[in-house]
Amino acid sequence: MAVIVERPAAVVEAVSGQGYWQIAWRRFKKHRVAMVGGAVILCFIAISILAPVLTPYEFDAIDLYNRRSPPTWAHPLGTDDLGHDVLTRLLYAGRISLSVGFSAALAAALFGMVVGGISGYYGGVLDNVLMRFTDIMFSLPDLPILIILARYMGGSVTGIIIVLSAFAWMGTARLVRGEMLKLRAQDFTEAARAIGASDARILLRHLIPNALAPVIVAATLTVGGAILSEAGLSFLGVGIQPPTPSWGNMLQNAQDYVWTTPWLAIWPGAMIFLTVLCFNFLGDGLRDALDPRLKV
Amino acid sequence: MSRYLIRRLLQMIPLVVGLSVLIFLLLAAAPGDPVDLLVFGNPNIKPEDVARLKRLYGLDQPLYIRYFKWLWAALHGDLGYSQVYKVPVLTLMWDRVGNSLWLQIPAFFLSLAVAVPVGIYSALHQYSTADYIATFLTFFGVSIPAFWFGIMMIYLFAVWHPWTALPGLDWLRLPAGGFSTPGITRGLALYLDRLRYMLLPTIVLSLLFMASYTRYTRSSMLEVIRQDYVRTARAKGLAEQVVVTKHALKNAMIPIVTIVALSIPALFAGAPLTETVFGWPGVGRLLVEAVLAADFAVAQGIIIFLAALVIVFNLLADIAYALLDPRIRYD
Repeated sequence: MAVIVERPAAVVEAVSGQGYWQIAWRRFKKHRVAMVGGAVILCFIAISILAPVLTPYEFDAIDLYNRRSPPTWAHPLGTDDLGHDVLTRLLYAGRISLSVGFSAALAAALFGMVVGGISGYYGGVLDNVLMRFTDIMFSLPDLPILIILARYMGGSVTGIIIVLSAFAWMGTARLVRGEMLKLRAQDFTEAARAIGASDARILLRHLIPNALAPVIVAATLTVGGAILSEAGLSFLGVGIQPPTPSWGNMLQNAQDYVWTTPWLAIWPGAMIFLTVLCFNFLGDGLRDALDPRLKV
Repeated sequence: MSRYLIRRLLQMIPLVVGLSVLIFLLLAAAPGDPVDLLVFGNPNIKPEDVARLKRLYGLDQPLYIRYFKWLWAALHGDLGYSQVYKVPVLTLMWDRVGNSLWLQIPAFFLSLAVAVPVGIYSALHQYSTADYIATFLTFFGVSIPAFWFGIMMIYLFAVWHPWTALPGLDWLRLPAGGFSTPGITRGLALYLDRLRYMLLPTIVLSLLFMASYTRYTRSSMLEVIRQDYVRTARAKGLAEQVVVTKHALKNAMIPIVTIVALSIPALFAGAPLTETVFGWPGVGRLLVEAVLAADFAVAQGIIIFLAALVIVFNLLADIAYALLDPRIRYD
């Protein structure tokens, strides 16, 4: 989803001896909401990695004498219908949801860069075919098709990552193609070609690095989108399958228990919401920092 | 105008061909073809019968021949047969699409009615407190999982509803899901009853669209009010109201109409989650049920329906664009 927040183009304080990334970091620090978003994401990553240290329970430890218990000292967020400790599952689910989000975004960014790079660099018929294909993929409503494909994958984590990234690369491909068209007409590309650099070298050494800023922004926003899609698929029962916990499949039964134990429904959804929100803020801040001209 | 439309129609051909190939492959890639599913769990069927059945349905033929046969049938309205319901896919889909429209149409207008004024106000008062609040809320709208928001609404309005303790607010206790109250079958009562069931899912469904339409309106409006012709209109002393409505808004609406038209198929795309949460018997819920029951012919039929919507609204967007923007028409 394109995030459109307009601000005056930040003045580039071009102090000599400062690289692009240092300037970008200075600009990023001024975007307070993005800083908070980034910090929250780092916290979530830390607590999901540290899950075994933070909680004494196993994520699949069933305790049938202690089902759907309200919050207590032993179970701060209560237990679910099989007696799983909700806090424990929440932490372990973070591992799954975050790694699915990051992997899908990474794969989509790489694929988008390849398609957009080839399309923009070579042009001609190849460009035409690839861009028509991109248009078609873009025009398809993704969730219904994701539901079908996720079911084919049988709920494996790798399968979900593949399916999600297959429908998330198009924005990156278009961005990279646009950058390529701009860059390949510039003098430094001509110079590289003049001294006999190969196509691959020009692409990898000169063009891709210069087109990286919008890719990073798009990939950040894709992480949030992928987490949201994974949650939706798992909620519908075609995504990550229990006993492996994901924030989406924790909500699968929560709806039935909303009459008696509403706290089961609150936390997994709140985690999805917060995480996706933070990635969207982070992406917005990165856009301002890396490329103030950029308005997607 | 007609030359523009003909060019647009011709450009539509790769889209239609590409979509049809993708959708065909989607079903062809299903684990197990219809005969496999029929045979599954039935030990009495001999291998030669399986081969005979596959030959009968043409499943032994190469992929490209099956594609053309499938396309021919689909163009004649034959989308196959539901394995679970034992009725033609098209018949099954039709009622469900109608049920979905009960949510889609109000949600569409609700999101426009909120988004366009908010987006315009936000753009005209850029960096004001109201603008920051609106921008912040659009971040919420695109980040919140719709199904979780739905469950929270159910808890608030169907389970907890603390306000019903106050006099006169008893009607604000809403059903947790479903389509209508059993026993109410006709007349005004039916529509009033339906309205109570529609309220929550409509709000949940419209949230995402509200947020993204607000963003588009705001950025389109911001783009336009920086243009020279708006400055000229101000410079020649026109009232601010006239500048905004006559000069800025009219031009800002052109891209918005296009984006809104292109996003209508996506209203259906969001339906599986909302309809599942609220137990709404629409086409989105049908898709989820079909996929969970491995009834892939039904799932494919729904995707074909969505693809047809994509094509129709692509065309409508082009036509609207040409009607609204003379620069396109005389190009």
